Amino acid sequence: MFKVYNKLNRNQLKTLEDYKTVQKTRRLLSTSAIHLKEKTSDSKKDVKQSKSFTMNLFRGQLQTSQVFPYPNVLNDEQTETLTSLVDPVTKFFKEVNNPLKNDEIETVEPNTLEGLWDMGAFSLQVPQDLGGLGLSNTQYARMVEIVGAHDLAVGIVLGAHQSIGFKGILLFGTPEQKAKYLPRVSNKEFAAFCLTEPSSGSDAGSIRTRAVLSPDGKHFVLNGNKIWISNGGMAEIMTVFAQTPVKDEKTGKTVDKVTAFIVERAFGGVSNSPPEKKMGIKASNTAEVTYEDVKIPIENVLGGVGQGFKVAMNILNNGRFGMAAALSGTMRSVTAKAVEHATTRVQFGKRLDSFGSIQEKLARMAMLHYVTESMAYMISGNMDSGSIDYHLEAAISKCFASESAWYVCDEAIQILGGMGYMKATGLEKVMRDLRIFRIFEGTNDILRLFVALTGIQFAGSHLKELQKAFKNPTANLGLILEEVTKRALSSVGFSSAPSLSHLVHPKLSDAANLAGQSVGLFGPAVESLLIKHGKGIIDEQFLLNRLAQAAIDTYTMTVVLSRATRALNLGLPTADYEALLTQVYCSEASDRVASNLLQLKSGKHLDNFSKMSDIAEQMCQSGGLVQPNPLNL
Amino acid sequence: MARVLVGVKRVIDYAVKIRVKPDKSGVVTDGVKHGLNPFDEIAVEEAVRLKEKKIASEVIAVSCGIPQAQESLRTALAMGADRAVHVEVPQPQYDSLLPLHVSKILARVAVDEKADIVIVGKQAIDDDSNQTAQMTAAILGWPQATFASEVTVADGNVLVKREVDGGLETVKVKLPAVISADLRLNEPRYATLPNIMKAKKKPIKKLTAADVGVDLAPRQQVLSVEDPPTRQAGSVVPDVDTLITKLKEKGHL
Ligand SMILES: Cc1cc2nc3c(=O)[nH]c(=O)nc-3n(C[C@H](O)[C@H](O)[C@H](O)COP(=O)(O)OP(=O)(O)OC[C@H]3O[C@@H](n4cnc5c(N)ncnc54)[C@H](O)[C@@H]3O)c2cc1C
Repeated sequence: MFKVYNKLNRNQLKTLEDYKTVQKTRRLLSTSAIHLKEKTSDSKKDVKQSKSFTMNLFRGQLQTSQVFPYPNVLNDEQTETLTSLVDPVTKFFKEVNNPLKNDEIETVEPNTLEGLWDMGAFSLQVPQDLGGLGLSNTQYARMVEIVGAHDLAVGIVLGAHQSIGFKGILLFGTPEQKAKYLPRVSNKEFAAFCLTEPSSGSDAGSIRTRAVLSPDGKHFVLNGNKIWISNGGMAEIMTVFAQTPVKDEKTGKTVDKVTAFIVERAFGGVSNSPPEKKMGIKASNTAEVTYEDVKIPIENVLGGVGQGFKVAMNILNNGRFGMAAALSGTMRSVTAKAVEHATTRVQFGKRLDSFGSIQEKLARMAMLHYVTESMAYMISGNMDSGSIDYHLEAAISKCFASESAWYVCDEAIQILGGMGYMKATGLEKVMRDLRIFRIFEGTNDILRLFVALTGIQFAGSHLKELQKAFKNPTANLGLILEEVTKRALSSVGFSSAPSLSHLVHPKLSDAANLAGQSVGLFGPAVESLLIKHGKGIIDEQFLLNRLAQAAIDTYTMTVVLSRATRALNLGLPTADYEALLTQVYCSEASDRVASNLLQLKSGKHLDNFSKMSDIAEQMCQSGGLVQPNPLNL
Repeated sequence: MARVLVGVKRVIDYAVKIRVKPDKSGVVTDGVKHGLNPFDEIAVEEAVRLKEKKIASEVIAVSCGIPQAQESLRTALAMGADRAVHVEVPQPQYDSLLPLHVSKILARVAVDEKADIVIVGKQAIDDDSNQTAQMTAAILGWPQATFASEVTVADGNVLVKREVDGGLETVKVKLPAVISADLRLNEPRYATLPNIMKAKKKPIKKLTAADVGVDLAPRQQVLSVEDPPTRQAGSVVPDVDTLITKLKEKGHL
């Protein structure tokens, strides 16, 4: 999603009861490519449905088809291919790539870059007949996990190219566009994704770059300025988003709508700034790109005129699991460093790993990694089996992975003490590199709002159906009864919580009950939010954030329950260990869910929220902290 | 142009910590990471370079072993070998397979494939036998040039530089010949992902020991495989005098 949220202001969403407006909102939110049914009808069938666990969570319904059983999507041949790729790529990153050197010279060493092109690392998912390796999402995930374990800056060079740079061509390109460009981006021509502008970050709909059709109708003429474009200084082929005048069929009025274009540097009029100096991922080129009267042939429109927003959101949604996969690789490697130190360093006559504080750190690192890794491969698996309802989960995986990796690396540094702070240890670079992951491709704050609002909207549309059903009670008795029973049950508390226990290994039934309770609390919480705030919920970010956090905790619990169940059922050697991770994680996550959902209606917390608003407002009025130093000096 | 046969062996990865089986019959191989023997990788690289220099017309990789030996053949194919021969040896026989068996198989395959040059690694890093090149040459009745650190082919001869104790020795042998690769012969290339994909389509011919007329009956019996003795903990001595006294006590001085 990224950037749709600000579009949802009070004026646009008058009331949840106003169906038309809901539809409009739905379109805005659905730019994140949730395939919602736009049809309206009184029958239950036509209430929009989704296979997404998280979406349904907001309706208080348990939808587990994408969570249980844990996906197993690779066939023998794909497994064999993947096996043959893992070693050479790992070896390349160990022996050829030098992360500290890349960081120091603020670019990827030329021989490494050359090697990566030769390796095929830049075109992992391009079909084989167009010059790539044709990997599935799951195979791709395993590859980028290796990259993430060794050098996140190189990861961004690769990711900006294929996860976002030319992904639009893969997803939306015409056969001609694919045939023309995919072989080129597989053969040493860099790609980039150009959306952000000086006045348009999270609010992508507000971009000002414009493309206007030439009088002869053969070209669009592009003008504008993009900033912070990864690979911007090297890219030959760019996916550029610009406003284009589009005539509304119904009103006959011309309005600006975003269109995606494939722009070649060779078209002329494309220039870029020197690379930005940054905190981390220094080896990744980040530059400003300027377009001055760039003539784009009309056949380079990507995904249709006026469809650019959808194209952008789909590209980002489609690539998010890759970030979770890469960062699970990062966590695995930094954790190995921490464990090595903890098991060799002696203080007070004991090894560090004998101290409870260190044990807790290690266990938390392992749990966060387990969740992230499990989620990355669950989502890639869902996508490989053709799921179209994975966008909330992908957003959750991006938030969870980037925050977990930050935490895990931070704790690894803490375990290594002073050694962790030294450059040569390699962890400080990882820490700097990691920071950006919470910011780009949709800030985590925006993604949380996206999760909460999309879910609420989904629940809202369901409630709407229910209201309609009440208007004609006899015809819709079944629907009403079902709903009434469900809601009556939910008000009596935990005993009614939907059960997950039939889906998990018996060892995990307690943990599954906790997850079930969280699911059970969720629906009523959303419902009462809607009843209390109606249209206004959109501006209640204190509440939305807590709701999103509860959704994240609930989804991640079920993910690890599924993975650990698989491990136990298969009798994997690590199954018991995985069960431990799952048990502790579910125990703590379900506590957080209960607490976050409680805060939505607890007077004490609501009071805190309004006080915090007040504090922030006063700070902003006084240009910083309000009170002087106690010495008043 | 010459046809080159390269022997490749799948061995436990060099980075793996080796564990002895509890019954001391051998080392644990199940679930352990394996890879192409590093010296064989050098042999493959040399063969592929000969092809790139248009000295060799074709590079054929051959491996004797359990079905998984094919993984190593695929690596050789990804590095640039044209095709492969897998002489499949079932696990029980493989456990007692000796360099002599392998040499007989390689010799026969060399004849059947009309090879002019056989290149193998100087030794495999698992059993460190260092015998296969020599015995293969003997069985074929071909000259041998072992421990090659440089290979030059010209006018039906091979000039091979060998690292010997006193420096470098150059031997000249007539083709056909058997060469064994030493560590500094070359730096093997990385198998690139596109080449790995292409290698999947290259042919691997499957044979059995019977097909090549080699009797795999064991010639040796392994009595026991033991871990190396664990190193005793050392102690820090306060000064040089104590050190000398201790060394004398232990009869080292
Ligand atoms: C190293 C690097 C590489 C990048 N690569 C690319 C690239 O390849 N292509 C590309 O197009 N862009 C790229 N970007 C841009 C990046 O995607 C944006 O920085 C990001 O979308 C955030 O936009 P912004 O920086 O303008 O922040 P803003 O949108 O101004 O947001 C600032 C803060 O306000 C919060 N915020 C904003 N709106 C709301 C709201 N409605 N409610 C609550 N909080 C809100 C945000 O979460 C954030 O914390 C890159 C950026 C960097 C730093």
